[in-house]
Amino acid sequence: MKKNLILYASILVFGLAAPFIFPAFKVQLSILCVLIILAVTWNIQGGEMGYNSFGNILFYGLGMYLCASVQVGMFFPLAEWTESGGEKTFVHTPAQFFQGMAAGLVVAAVVPTIVAGLIGYSILGLRGHYFAICTLGLGVAAGEISGGIEIIGAGQGFTTPPFPNVGGLEARGEFFYFCSFFALVLAFITIRAIYSTRFKLILNAIRDNEDKAEAMGIETMKYKIIGWMVSAFFCGLAGGIMGGLVGYIDSTDVAFDGREMGVFMVLMAILGGKGTLWGPIIGATVFHIFKEGFWTFFLGWQYVALGVLIVVIVIYFPEGIMGWLREKYPERFGEVVDEADRKAQVELK
Amino acid sequence: MDFMVFQYPMITVQACLDGILLGVLFALIAYGMALQWGVMNIINIAQGDLVILGGYIAYFMYLYGIHPAWGVIVSPFIMYFVGVGIYKLVINKVVDRDLFISILATFGISILFMQLMNFAFGADVVLANSGYGTTFLFDSNVVLPNSKIFSAVVSIAFAICLVIYMKKSKLGRAIRATAQNARAAKILGVDTEKVYAATFGINAALCGVAGALISITFTIHPYMGLPYTIRSFMIVIVAGLGNLPGVAMSGMGLGVFEEFADYILGTEFRIGSVFLLLVLILVYRRFKLSRKREYLK
Repeated sequence: MKKNLILYASILVFGLAAPFIFPAFKVQLSILCVLIILAVTWNIQGGEMGYNSFGNILFYGLGMYLCASVQVGMFFPLAEWTESGGEKTFVHTPAQFFQGMAAGLVVAAVVPTIVAGLIGYSILGLRGHYFAICTLGLGVAAGEISGGIEIIGAGQGFTTPPFPNVGGLEARGEFFYFCSFFALVLAFITIRAIYSTRFKLILNAIRDNEDKAEAMGIETMKYKIIGWMVSAFFCGLAGGIMGGLVGYIDSTDVAFDGREMGVFMVLMAILGGKGTLWGPIIGATVFHIFKEGFWTFFLGWQYVALGVLIVVIVIYFPEGIMGWLREKYPERFGEVVDEADRKAQVELK
Repeated sequence: MDFMVFQYPMITVQACLDGILLGVLFALIAYGMALQWGVMNIINIAQGDLVILGGYIAYFMYLYGIHPAWGVIVSPFIMYFVGVGIYKLVINKVVDRDLFISILATFGISILFMQLMNFAFGADVVLANSGYGTTFLFDSNVVLPNSKIFSAVVSIAFAICLVIYMKKSKLGRAIRATAQNARAAKILGVDTEKVYAATFGINAALCGVAGALISITFTIHPYMGLPYTIRSFMIVIVAGLGNLPGVAMSGMGLGVFEEFADYILGTEFRIGSVFLLLVLILVYRRFKLSRKREYLK
């Protein structure tokens, strides 16, 4: 326990100091925080609950659009803003920007949670691959439909309010970094807290055998919906921050980007190891470093690499980094290993 | 929103005929999906990308001066080997694993194919001009391109050939046996590995035919694959596995639905309405089954 406390404290200190140690990588670090949030929250469904969702991107995109719309709509007419596109006829004062951002992030987190609660009963009744394809359809449908709605920019996109001219050149990056870092800390604390309760055991019971869990008297549907709502909350929050960070929202390429973010979150969680607390975090970090390297040096071939990476990870590495570590050093994970038994198993192989 | 449909009955006729001709093509793709789903228990997200790849084969024949209708013969041959290749490289490692693994693996293949096609063929929307002219019906109020009629006839012919092949040939019997019980088939001397490879190849060949027809009648583009996958998935779950007349009927139904969505909601919502319909159908089935304490499995 004490060792963990030191670990957490050092990570927190490192996180707070990171933008000053690596000033050139502030944007990358913010994106990393968002990716970790997405991977960790996907893991609630995919890893712990056994519901492999491709649809968490829905909440991410919803949060992104909502945050930007609220931020603009609080002070200016939204339709005129999107119509003017890149040319800024309206300018936020610093106070308006921060108030709008705060209100926008609250809405971006709360509304997807409510949406998840409303659709949860219908969607989470599906199982296995029906659930996977249904959520895939949800994400793509949201992208296609939002690309046809005029007030949020339709096909030409939505420019989020530019960062006001305060605090020097570095202020924008630092602001968004701390936003995403605090969202990450909040997500981590919440998820760690709920994983230490009976809730996690129920989720695992649902994953292992839902019918038996129900026969044991657990209201599985209630817990599934709660799990999805927790995911939706943080996905929406991450989306809102990411919208401000990118500065431009397009329906299918930025917000409901099933081909990138929607797959990334699944891939990161699997790469790190599904069903563990630290797996998705490690997976997201490794993936982000790999992705940035590849996107920089092999521009144009990145989706080819992504496709190959998905196939290779899924076929040869489905247990992920944590699963591999667990097999190699089971003692570290608190598993009692009988040496004779282990040897016997090795011989059997 | 446009309510022309209700004021001019001829538009309704036009949309229905267009939809049925389009739906036959969807049914052909869905038949391939039902085949491999039933036999190998795999949902192939890359189905639509195989279709588009088949379309590019016909398009390239057109570019080199061969009539694109020959693509209907050439494309399935090439696509059969592409399908067997994919099976040997990837699918045979995920056949007996968790279904989600196969969905994710084929999703990876789909992304890979999309991008490779984008590199190889460019990001333009293309079509192969068949030069078949058009047919006018009802005082020129209904316009049907002959290429659409051609594509519907060819797909029906291919579907019938395949059904007969599955019933009569030795391989067809082996495929059906494997679908019923892979273990028993293995005991009785069926090389299931070969059967799986052939099934995936036949599925890819069907996609090739459909793709060649789509490149003649409609347009193709490297990123247009996923909607075809979703459509065929939807048709299969509405019809049920192994229900061929059902696949044909629901394929046509989907085609008509799309044409009407196109007229009423506008073209920009066409793909969105397809995906939304998928969600609605799945949710409807979930509630229908939950009354009997069953679930989709």
